[in-house]
Amino acid sequence: MISIEGLFYQYNDQRKISFPDFSIPQGAHWLLLGQSGSGKTTLLHLLGGLLKSQNGRIKVNDVDLTQLSESGFDRFRGKHYGFIFQKNHLISALSVKNNLLMAPFLAGLKQDESRISEVLGQLDLSDKKNSKIKELSHGQAQRVAIARAVLNKPAVILADEPTSALDDNNCDRVIELLLQASRHNNATLIVATHDQRLKSKIKNQLYL
Amino acid sequence: MLIWNYLKAKPLNTVLNIFLLALGIAVITVLLLFNNQLQEKIATNAKGIDLVVGAKGSPLQLILCNIFHIDFPTGNIKVSEAERIAKNRLVKHAIPMALGDSYNGYRIVGTNHDYIDLYKVTIASGELWSKTLDVTLGSTVARLSGLAIGDTFVSAHGLTSDGHAHEENKYHVTGILNSSETVIDNLILTNVESIWRVHEELHDSINKPPLHPSSIIPSIEKGDSVKEITSILIQYRNPLAVIQLPRFINSNSNLQAASPAFETARLFSILGIGVEVMRGFAYVLITISGLSIFIALYNSLKERQYDLAIMRSMGASRGILFVSIILEGSFLTIIGSIVGLVIGHGVLWLFTILVVESQKAGVTANVFYTTEVYIVAGSFILGILCSVIPAVQAYRTDIHKVLAGN
Repeated sequence: MISIEGLFYQYNDQRKISFPDFSIPQGAHWLLLGQSGSGKTTLLHLLGGLLKSQNGRIKVNDVDLTQLSESGFDRFRGKHYGFIFQKNHLISALSVKNNLLMAPFLAGLKQDESRISEVLGQLDLSDKKNSKIKELSHGQAQRVAIARAVLNKPAVILADEPTSALDDNNCDRVIELLLQASRHNNATLIVATHDQRLKSKIKNQLYL
Repeated sequence: MLIWNYLKAKPLNTVLNIFLLALGIAVITVLLLFNNQLQEKIATNAKGIDLVVGAKGSPLQLILCNIFHIDFPTGNIKVSEAERIAKNRLVKHAIPMALGDSYNGYRIVGTNHDYIDLYKVTIASGELWSKTLDVTLGSTVARLSGLAIGDTFVSAHGLTSDGHAHEENKYHVTGILNSSETVIDNLILTNVESIWRVHEELHDSINKPPLHPSSIIPSIEKGDSVKEITSILIQYRNPLAVIQLPRFINSNSNLQAASPAFETARLFSILGIGVEVMRGFAYVLITISGLSIFIALYNSLKERQYDLAIMRSMGASRGILFVSIILEGSFLTIIGSIVGLVIGHGVLWLFTILVVESQKAGVTANVFYTTEVYIVAGSFILGILCSVIPAVQAYRTDIHKVLAGN
């Protein structure tokens, strides 16, 4: 469902990264490995349409991302993607529930409270629904970020270093929940990381 | 909803910005209300009076005393001289005014029924004065002094309540006027003869009907050279009089003619300096609040670049972010201006309660002008102006760079 072909990215005159061609079927879980600076984040952002590609072809669900307009990208991201970053990037002015409500609101989908309860339940966060972001621990906040990413039942979940800020316990817990949430929603999961702890969790691996 | 939460997340900042703007708007509102009402009052009180003729002195004083009843008389003029002016062909109406006494601070004005007609006041109860020492009360006087029809009272010499009391002659209330929202509400009206009677130590000549009645005060002989009044209010017969009459009076007699229109304009130009300073101060406040809102938005944008980027990643378009920042700024300024209007009216309301004089002047907080709508609209524009640069920045946010975390 995701395939790339002849993709490379030119940072400036000196620096250019080309990416190997690959394709990933619906529902698969993949790990993007590599040292920092190897282009993991760039590739992930290219796949997610956060960065406009200059060369090559990226197809997601038979849509050629390189052909989309700026606002087309925005709509496409909202409907088909869930993002998780190293930092949770939750909006601290809002409660957990309102942070989650933002996802369908910005994607132009219906806001569904029961869906929020369902996802929070899956991530063992039911009692945190009305908490403020500042009251959460790192691990909890990262789980809320996962909840936000899967809330719209995206076809693709892109995670950039989701565990590298967490201790071993939380790392295990978060990656298990991430995998579980992707399976629940039959989403394709791509995790970019240099965190060696994840190698044993996800079999499909791509080295950059 | 998001905007509200952002504002709530920084209550001090938000309250400060709203307060700054509200203060500026409040000052403007008070000035607006006060100035407009004062001008309206002055216009209605001076309506129909083209010229005031009285003793020489300050022309402004002549106007303030004889039209607005706030300053002291300039002195007296002889009835014979007043008659000479009144029969000038350029004069349509001449109303005599005899001032100098008061009751509990309310001025007693000796005049004739033309004065009532001039302000188009109607009688609420009882009847207008007909005999000497009969009085008719203005509505405010009746309400605040406690006098009723049939009551009698003793006037005091001068315009303050502690003057020498004229014990010998008591006034008798025969009627009460309806409120007209003019200066007449604060006056006690009687005929000119009453004022003379009160001030005469020996009164003998009253009952003799005159052979040739005076044109302005029919009870006395034409050309009487003893009796005095304070002034006459004049209505012009034609526009030519505007140029000729004041010049004629000022150069050919001991009298002085003052034009209410001219003098009130002069008064406003004097007051205007103070008003301008206050207005300038208010604009400074508003400008500062605008800057403060701009800086607050601009700074919060740096903290919020992740929020903005993550919102983009969730499908928000650039346009939505742009609009949300603009809304945040204009929401602040609209709230600020509405709070400011409320404060402005509140201050004026307190003022009218605490300062009784302002009630007499007819100033009230219960009036709304269309200009106030412009104030709210103006602050909406101010909000947009303050937030447009931050909004453009939000629009331009490079989500890749922000989220890549470098």
